[in-house]
Amino acid sequence: MSEIATMLTDAIERLLEARLDDSAMHAARTGTWPSDLWRALEEQGVPLALVPEDAGGFGVDPREALDLIRLFGRHAVPLPLGETMLANAALARAGLPLADGPAALVPIDGAARIAWGRNCRTFVVETATGIARITDATLEHEAIDLAGLPRDAMRFHAPERAAPIPGKLIEHGALVRALQCAGALDRVLELTVAHVAERVQFGRPLSKFQAIQQELAKLAGEVVAASAAADLAADAFIADPADATFAIAVARVRIGEAVGRANGIAHQLHGAIGFTAEHRLHLFTTSLWTWRDEFGGAAHWATRLGDRALAAGKEGFWPMVTAA
Amino acid sequence: MIGFRFPSPPPSPAAEALRAEVRAFLAEALATRSPAARAESWSGFDRDFSRAIGAKGWLGMTWPKRYGGHERSAFERYVVIEEMLAAGAPVAAHWIADRQSGPTLLKFGTEEQKATILPRIAAGELVFCIGMSEPDSGSDLAATRTRATPVDGGWRVTGTKLWTTGAHHADYMILFCRTSGTTSDRQAGTSQLLVDLHATEGVTIRPIIDLAGQHHFNEVHFENAFLPAAALIGAEGGGWDQVMSELAFERSGPERFLSSMQLLLELIAVLREAPGDAARLALGRLTAHLVVLRRLSRGVAALLEAGENPAVHAAIVKDLGATFEQDLPEIARALVDAEPDRASTSDFVAVLAHTMLNAPSFSLRGGTREILRGIIARGLGVR
Repeated sequence: MSEIATMLTDAIERLLEARLDDSAMHAARTGTWPSDLWRALEEQGVPLALVPEDAGGFGVDPREALDLIRLFGRHAVPLPLGETMLANAALARAGLPLADGPAALVPIDGAARIAWGRNCRTFVVETATGIARITDATLEHEAIDLAGLPRDAMRFHAPERAAPIPGKLIEHGALVRALQCAGALDRVLELTVAHVAERVQFGRPLSKFQAIQQELAKLAGEVVAASAAADLAADAFIADPADATFAIAVARVRIGEAVGRANGIAHQLHGAIGFTAEHRLHLFTTSLWTWRDEFGGAAHWATRLGDRALAAGKEGFWPMVTAA
Repeated sequence: MIGFRFPSPPPSPAAEALRAEVRAFLAEALATRSPAARAESWSGFDRDFSRAIGAKGWLGMTWPKRYGGHERSAFERYVVIEEMLAAGAPVAAHWIADRQSGPTLLKFGTEEQKATILPRIAAGELVFCIGMSEPDSGSDLAATRTRATPVDGGWRVTGTKLWTTGAHHADYMILFCRTSGTTSDRQAGTSQLLVDLHATEGVTIRPIIDLAGQHHFNEVHFENAFLPAAALIGAEGGGWDQVMSELAFERSGPERFLSSMQLLLELIAVLREAPGDAARLALGRLTAHLVVLRRLSRGVAALLEAGENPAVHAAIVKDLGATFEQDLPEIARALVDAEPDRASTSDFVAVLAHTMLNAPSFSLRGGTREILRGIIARGLGVR
């Protein structure tokens, strides 16, 4: 990591640790937009982190910018930060004005449920000819995700001109969620390791039981696989956003599975306390269950990958794998 | 962050250029090899093939030229081995020597051992086996009872090694045994010795037939067998640390998730005839797992190239890889209605039968699943 990026990451990590306490997390779950936190992160330049310097950004290495989205996942930040970063990058590529405030990614075929739709000011809406920047939208229906955070249906007015971008918006959104999942899974492992080291039963910490150690090792394997999958998608997207479909599909399928197994083990090892609203574990696990299926779930991405495998056939399959 | 982040494999244009060359060579060399034979993967034994690979410069690739090596990068070597595994090449005659015996000698061996042995491994001429497990010492390697007693001019060895893959073909064994102290000293007092299996008297090799009727395993008995003093590899008493550094090479490679590749390829061929949603979903899932495993494994190669000892990373790759490979026949049988039959004229059915019978070994060989998970747990700081 470059020095500037490390400073940015460190500053944001400190900011999240200071401001994103459990009461802020719970307030967000009653629909209260964390406006102070948004403003503070906006001041750090987060919404523009993926925008090239010549388009109004400040030249953060894209890999390091995408690592910020992992960090937001690690803290389960209840804000559409990754969406806003990718939205601004797409707007810059399309030659459209950057977003004003929090933004949403609206793929052409889906995403009826928009994170904090009621609070978003700019909607990057995919059409048959490209993306449009829409600021005039009406809240149609309020809903919440599995974590209790807003997921709203919106109606859009006054479509402005559309401009083409490389790649599809569902892939942009899927990449954001893949990175968030990788970060949150890391936190789930950390919480679980800490819990089994502290919790004493039968006169010794849970971590001293081999049955517990074996489950922890499985959990770590899933977390590692998810992390590598997110890296794969990020690398491909940075190399060429128009040619990242395969890597993003791989990441989404593998991470979705990792979330199922990792959350299951983490809850099992936490016991009943981890199933309470009071304990922190659910702040991460419920968001993981949500994120893994937004912007195309397991069936969506696995069938696309399966089609590629079938099209490649016995002869073309291995070359397809090594090209990833 | 306490998770183990694996480095991104760096781009290697030299390795990708080599890939095309290896593919073209294998397409020709293996043109008549049947899918059932390819399914033997790294158990397929063919000295002529290994010599041909050696002549291409694809063995001992990363070793110094003065020992017959080629001073190429770990990523170039990775390309060669993954292409061979994916193609189902018969690599057993050089696999162990190239993967771990050679690197062990290079790291710890005497100048004489390096000068005489390494060039012949690189030429594809020498078959090695690994003398680690014993009747009462499998996962618990430190309980080794085979003993080398110092005598005038060398050692006298007595003891029995078990599950020794390929000993009946091998020219040399690297023997892990006790050279001082007692079994209660555990890791201390153990050493590695180079055994010339053709020149050593008092060594008896007996076959152990596995459940599929195959002869890969052996029992190797040493009865007061004499080894010269020059057989010692590295330091007397340093055997444990040497063996542990060897295991990262043994555990992280692509053979830990590519040994069932032929089944996946035949499954694709069959499903292509009648694709449905179940087939699409299953193949999508398997593809995602494979691509991620490959990335993790190449990340370990990057750590090895950087001179680190990624024992925990390697354990994670092997554990995930074995699980993937053992899932494969279960997924295949859920998608295609077929009775597994090794004699079948259907490539899919024959390969399915082979893989199903061999699958139990995937989480046993090279460190059991339970041992690997113990290593991972220790890496998490809870043991």
